[in-house]
Amino acid sequence: MTIPLVDFLGLSAILFAIGAVGVLVRKNPLIMFMSVEIMWNAVNLTFAAFARHWVNMAGHIFVFIVVTVAAAEVAIGLIIVVFVFRQRERLDVDELSSMKG
Amino acid sequence: MTYTILTLLLPAVGAVVAAVFGPQLSRRAISWVNVGTVGAAFVLSAVAFFQIGAMPAAGRQVDVGLFTWSALGSAPLHLGLLLDPISIIFMLIITGVGGLIHLYSVGYMARDDGYSRFFSYMNLFILAMLLLVMSDNFFGLLVGWAGVGLTSYLLIGFWYFKPSAVAAAKKAFVVNVVGDVGMTLAIFILFWNLGSVSYVGVFSHIASLPRGTIELVAFLLFVGAAAKSAQFPLHVWLPDAMEGPTPVSALIHAATMVTAGVYLIVRAFPIYNHAPVATAWIGGIAALTTFMAATIAIAQNDIKRILAYSTVSQLGYMFMAVSTASYAAGVFHFVTHAFFKALLFLAAGSVIHALADEQDIWQMGGLRRMLPITSLTFLAATLAISGVPLFSGFFSKDEILGNLLTQGHVLMWAVGTVTAGLTAYYMFRLYFVVFQGTYRGTAHPHESPRVMTIPLVVLGVLAVVGGYLALPGVYNLVDSWLAPALGRFGGSAVALAPNWGSMAVSVGLAGLGIGTAWVIYGRRAPASEPLSGPLFSFLQNKWYIDELGELIFVRPVLWLGRLMEAFDRGALDRLVTGIGEWVMAWGESLRPSETGFVRRYALSIILGAVALVAYLAIWG
Repeated sequence: MTIPLVDFLGLSAILFAIGAVGVLVRKNPLIMFMSVEIMWNAVNLTFAAFARHWVNMAGHIFVFIVVTVAAAEVAIGLIIVVFVFRQRERLDVDELSSMKG
Repeated sequence: MTYTILTLLLPAVGAVVAAVFGPQLSRRAISWVNVGTVGAAFVLSAVAFFQIGAMPAAGRQVDVGLFTWSALGSAPLHLGLLLDPISIIFMLIITGVGGLIHLYSVGYMARDDGYSRFFSYMNLFILAMLLLVMSDNFFGLLVGWAGVGLTSYLLIGFWYFKPSAVAAAKKAFVVNVVGDVGMTLAIFILFWNLGSVSYVGVFSHIASLPRGTIELVAFLLFVGAAAKSAQFPLHVWLPDAMEGPTPVSALIHAATMVTAGVYLIVRAFPIYNHAPVATAWIGGIAALTTFMAATIAIAQNDIKRILAYSTVSQLGYMFMAVSTASYAAGVFHFVTHAFFKALLFLAAGSVIHALADEQDIWQMGGLRRMLPITSLTFLAATLAISGVPLFSGFFSKDEILGNLLTQGHVLMWAVGTVTAGLTAYYMFRLYFVVFQGTYRGTAHPHESPRVMTIPLVVLGVLAVVGGYLALPGVYNLVDSWLAPALGRFGGSAVALAPNWGSMAVSVGLAGLGIGTAWVIYGRRAPASEPLSGPLFSFLQNKWYIDELGELIFVRPVLWLGRLMEAFDRGALDRLVTGIGEWVMAWGESLRPSETGFVRRYALSIILGAVALVAYLAIWG
């Protein structure tokens, strides 16, 4: 038996919501990154599910691209986090507001 | 005759050597190189003169091709040199008188800091002037034309630390560019219609053009000639050009460059031959210029300024001659004028040199005993320019006047004859005030060194005997030399037959002028200007032409400029800064939204995404 599309989409929506809430409520940038990763993967799951449903490889290709971009983004993000940590000894995104307008 | 290229290359080498190696070389070496190059160019010109003279009359026209400057389209532009009687007579004067002036400059500029720069410019001028007269096409002519304008500018402003010299240089350049524009347009029209700018190509087909086009070309060429040769109303730059060193005034602003316009009209006589309206205008302008400049010269007090106005006046004579197709007479007057006017300037320079740069004639006086050679040569030139019989100016001026009367140009003849009397008057006024009476200045005059007096003596001899190139009624060497190049306008009976009536009147008026000058300035030897009155101050202020030019051209331009400035500031600036201020105001109002809190941004992204999805879900 196959898992119906709606189950994938439901799981994906739940994961996305968990990630979004994580980004909004946590102050530690590392946790925020993890939450963003959860959101990425929720989207990836949607792509994969639709690709399977419509028998269309484009969805899989998108997953690859998203994974690649996410890896690059995480690398840069972690570098920033490391540098900020070196300067401040404390990680709290609310304190990083020097770019305020 | 390929060797004539050397007449161009030698001054070019001299100019480059003086410019590049000048600071390293001794003044002696610079003098040798730069006077030597011009002297050698004179020798080459003389060789060319004899070689051309030995040819049969019909073949006295040698074209030395140089190279093809542009081969675009169907009209390739070949540059070359044309050696014919017209160009050779100019080459001889340019290099001959030019060489003497270079020699004189060795003494005159001896203590100047810009010695090598001066000679570099002077040689560059000789190069440009030779190119102007030697080119076999209008394009080369224009290059030389612009070149002499440039060197004239550089040499007027030679003492660049004097604001008045800089202003005069600028004025000369601007006025000359007005002329250059006219000439360039004329050449464009010729090229457009005939597909050629070579003299041969243009002159052989000029008659096929419509009358109006020929008149237009002739007039535009004259605009160039008038600017270069200081004809009314473009004469205003020449008196101011006296700010340059005196040898420059002698070489460029008396003997050679200012006669470029005369050369142009003689060279382009096939065009003017077909342009009766343009030549009538030229004659009228020339007559006005001659008379006006002579009257202004009466009331000036600066020795060089008097000579400058005298140059303008004499150029008017040349233009009157060439405008009535008396080309040989015009060239003849150019030759004698080059002798006596260069001499007048060099002698004036000797006076200025002796008096520690004093130029006001009322600070001079009695210099006859202190500067014997200078005063004697100056007197010879004064007699020549005044048209005293048996001196050079008498022959050339009376050939012009006689031709005018014989051909029936009575009005021009009358103006020219009256001006001859005025010329004698103001020149003898100058002579009496400067050399007679008692010395009124404070400096200690001393005769100039020999390197300066030798050119004076040579030119003095030429100024006396130069007129015997043409003895009225007997022979006319200038005319017979030019005849092969001038076609039916040369060798005419007109040029040979003396007009005794014209001669008697002009000599009588000259005598009257000299007598009047003697009565007012010679006999009593006044210590300051005895004349005054409204007419005199009108003349002293140069007919208010500078002021008129200021009123007609400069003021409206300034006024327009101010209007434009007000528009720029009031409208354009306010529009531009207004846009900027508007954007800045918006930015300021949006600024609080940038809180710097990452989670606030994340929230707004999510809310935005939700809003977008909601919109698509409901209305999509």
